Amino acid sequence: MEKKSSAIVTPLLSILSALLFSAFIIALTGRDPVMIFGKMTAATFASPYGSGQVIFRMTTLILAGLAVALPFQARLFNVGGEGQLQMGAFAAAVTGAMLSPDLPAPLSVPLTLFAAMAAGALWALLAGVLKMRYAVNEVISTIMLNFIAQAITGYLLTYHFALPSTVRTAPVIASATLPTLSALFGWFKSSPANISILISLGAALLLQVMLYHSRAGYELRASGLQPDAARYGGINQERHTLGAMAGGGALAGLGAANLVLGYRHCYEASMTGGIGFTGIAVALLARARPLRAILAALFFGFLEYGGLSVNAYVPKDIFMIIEAATIIIFIAYGAGAKP
Amino acid sequence: MSTKHPARGATAVRLSAITKKFGSFEANSNISLDIMGGSIHALVGENGAGKSTLTKIIYGIYRPTEGDLEIRGKRVRFDSPRDAIRLGIGMVHQHFMLIPELSVAENIMLGHEERPLFGRLNMSQINERIRRDAEAYGLGIEPEATVGNLSVGLQQRVEILKLLFRDTSIMLFDEPTALLTPQETEEFFSTLRKLSRKGKTILLITHKLDEVLAIADTISVMRKGALTGTMAAATVTKPELARMMVGRSVLLRVNNPPANPGEIVLDLRNLSYRTPGNEESVRNLSLNIRAGEIYGIAGVEGNGQSELLQALWGLSAAGTIIRGEALLQGEPMRGKSPREIAAMGVSFVPEDRLRHAVIREFPLTENLIFGRHHESAFHRRIGFDGAALGNFAGRVIADYDIKCDNPATQPLSSLSGGNQQKLVTARELTRPAIKLLILAQPTRGVDIGSIETIHRKIIEARLEGMAILLVSSELDEIVALSTRIGCIYRGEIRHEFSRDETEQKRLSEQDFLKEIGLHIT
Repeated sequence: MEKKSSAIVTPLLSILSALLFSAFIIALTGRDPVMIFGKMTAATFASPYGSGQVIFRMTTLILAGLAVALPFQARLFNVGGEGQLQMGAFAAAVTGAMLSPDLPAPLSVPLTLFAAMAAGALWALLAGVLKMRYAVNEVISTIMLNFIAQAITGYLLTYHFALPSTVRTAPVIASATLPTLSALFGWFKSSPANISILISLGAALLLQVMLYHSRAGYELRASGLQPDAARYGGINQERHTLGAMAGGGALAGLGAANLVLGYRHCYEASMTGGIGFTGIAVALLARARPLRAILAALFFGFLEYGGLSVNAYVPKDIFMIIEAATIIIFIAYGAGAKP
Repeated sequence: MSTKHPARGATAVRLSAITKKFGSFEANSNISLDIMGGSIHALVGENGAGKSTLTKIIYGIYRPTEGDLEIRGKRVRFDSPRDAIRLGIGMVHQHFMLIPELSVAENIMLGHEERPLFGRLNMSQINERIRRDAEAYGLGIEPEATVGNLSVGLQQRVEILKLLFRDTSIMLFDEPTALLTPQETEEFFSTLRKLSRKGKTILLITHKLDEVLAIADTISVMRKGALTGTMAAATVTKPELARMMVGRSVLLRVNNPPANPGEIVLDLRNLSYRTPGNEESVRNLSLNIRAGEIYGIAGVEGNGQSELLQALWGLSAAGTIIRGEALLQGEPMRGKSPREIAAMGVSFVPEDRLRHAVIREFPLTENLIFGRHHESAFHRRIGFDGAALGNFAGRVIADYDIKCDNPATQPLSSLSGGNQQKLVTARELTRPAIKLLILAQPTRGVDIGSIETIHRKIIEARLEGMAILLVSSELDEIVALSTRIGCIYRGEIRHEFSRDETEQKRLSEQDFLKEIGLHIT
């Protein structure tokens, strides 16, 4: 049983340990870690633009984290967030570009997002069906589905949807785009942070309520914690396996709101850039709790953009080391706490 | 080699006041036992009696919390099985530790190659040695055969040869006949006799009494972590052993007023249950239970009780063939899901509480509605009605005397076993409109105080008119609560005591227990 204190202390302790570890590595490259961390802070939270960049990254990371967290609660490990996000982003871009330009935003935005979620959900559902019908482990199938998604979107883009001599699709109609916070309120000057952050926060809140305050969440968590007992308790676990996978895929697909509707306004080759994988780290650090995923996404968003901002001094790869080290240390601490 | 073999008649293993605790649970309490060199010593007891724990202590997997272990007169302290193996102790686990893809010889020498890591193995020499051992003990086997292609009986021979290869003198067998055919069992016994004749000390763990009486020199009985007795096999009978295994010395003082049964609620007609492994665990079982009576099923574990319960709750393993009929007030129960069966008015307390009846991590209130969460009285919008849950929890916690601090937040795992079981009982006995109540081991691992509460509630439920099926390995519980008693043996009701018989014989409990003992062995 998780103690209240360790729920907060363990993540903080692992973040701290990982930072110390990376300070050591930065020192090895001949740079002063204090200076580097100082510059990182200056380039992120100390500036409106930097803060906006962190928020922009956090927006997709929250959803990518939830995409892992929801199936995790049903004892399913969805490693396919990346593929589901790709499928979602592609579906959103293509749908958004096909809509009539006269369609008003209250219709075009939901339609586009529905296409994104449906594409992500179906892609994840494949893994769910494979598990139930043919007992294919979902870790393996979702990894493989990542490759397939990569190939399918690549093929469709290159041969059918890319604008001539580019690697991107046609832009979505204007009404389907989501405005930046900078354009709306003048916040986070000229950063890509857009109002889809509200979608992400809303999704986290909604998932928290669904998991911990609804009957569906009660059944889903019971199936994850003690599958045998769930069977005795008359819970239809197959429904929850499929539901959790589809829900996770839909959440990953929803990431298109930020990347496509809020930022690029089209689908572009390699635009997801591994965010789906960082989502696994977010979910692990949050212990699959939706609200904690917001904080975890903030931390990883900071590392991603902060790392980029000091790229001139230390290689960005160092920050990938921090991300991975945090997770490994966190899991090790968690395991060490068990009797 | 000779130093490893104790003289026949000398003590090979001596346990002195061994206690093993897991948290607050005592798996072994204060066990003192001598196992004589060259003898076949059987350790019998029900599942969970602590036999395996004790064996694992001898084999160095567990370290005792208290007490001493002596091997051949020398005090030892094992940190791992490696220490035990070095002293010539070997174990054959119930589930064999073999690698199916490797050959017999490769399996036997694994971890004992007697060669440097990259040294060349002299297979012909090893094969020769295995053949010699096999011949000496009548264990015909081909060293180059692939283990995965061998029958269970032959795989067991590989395990025994493994012990011989390591020059083991004290051999521990955990439920060695569980997976063997009768023919294989016979052969295995003759091997055991040869081993014993050549001075090997054998500790046999089992709950099959026929076999124990056929093969063992000495028998020790364990119950609830304690040793209830050690005796020469020649001086004891099967019913006596059965009673030592399943009886309980606690005085049960539940007031059981005469029953006045109504109409038939549950009617089982020629129920048979064949597992995917083609084992018939329930055979032509027929019984009926009327409203307002408790039908107790007495028997040693593993005689079809679990399969019967699974079949009644709609949870039989895939590929199981069930024949016969199970009718609840004339309506068939077969082919329905647990949820549908519950909706018919059936309530069920499963035998394995932690695996099947609760979610340890969930708070008490959420466990109090687990399996009943479909009931609309607990619902509010998409979630649960906190006030209704709180009221319900408050009522049953007081009524069943469940000791807890904060039911809404406290996880179930923080309760003692007795309080957990009271919670499950409370949940299942307060379902609305129960027609049939199925209780499996309702007081297993429960303290005396909780047993009294649970027994009182069961009698109350009977007086309210529920039909109750009680399955318990505690004979005195069956005797104290039942209106009628069916004795189950190898999947059949072998004998049934009528209501009059039961009420009358209950008055002289010891004789009744003895009589039941005869019918379940």
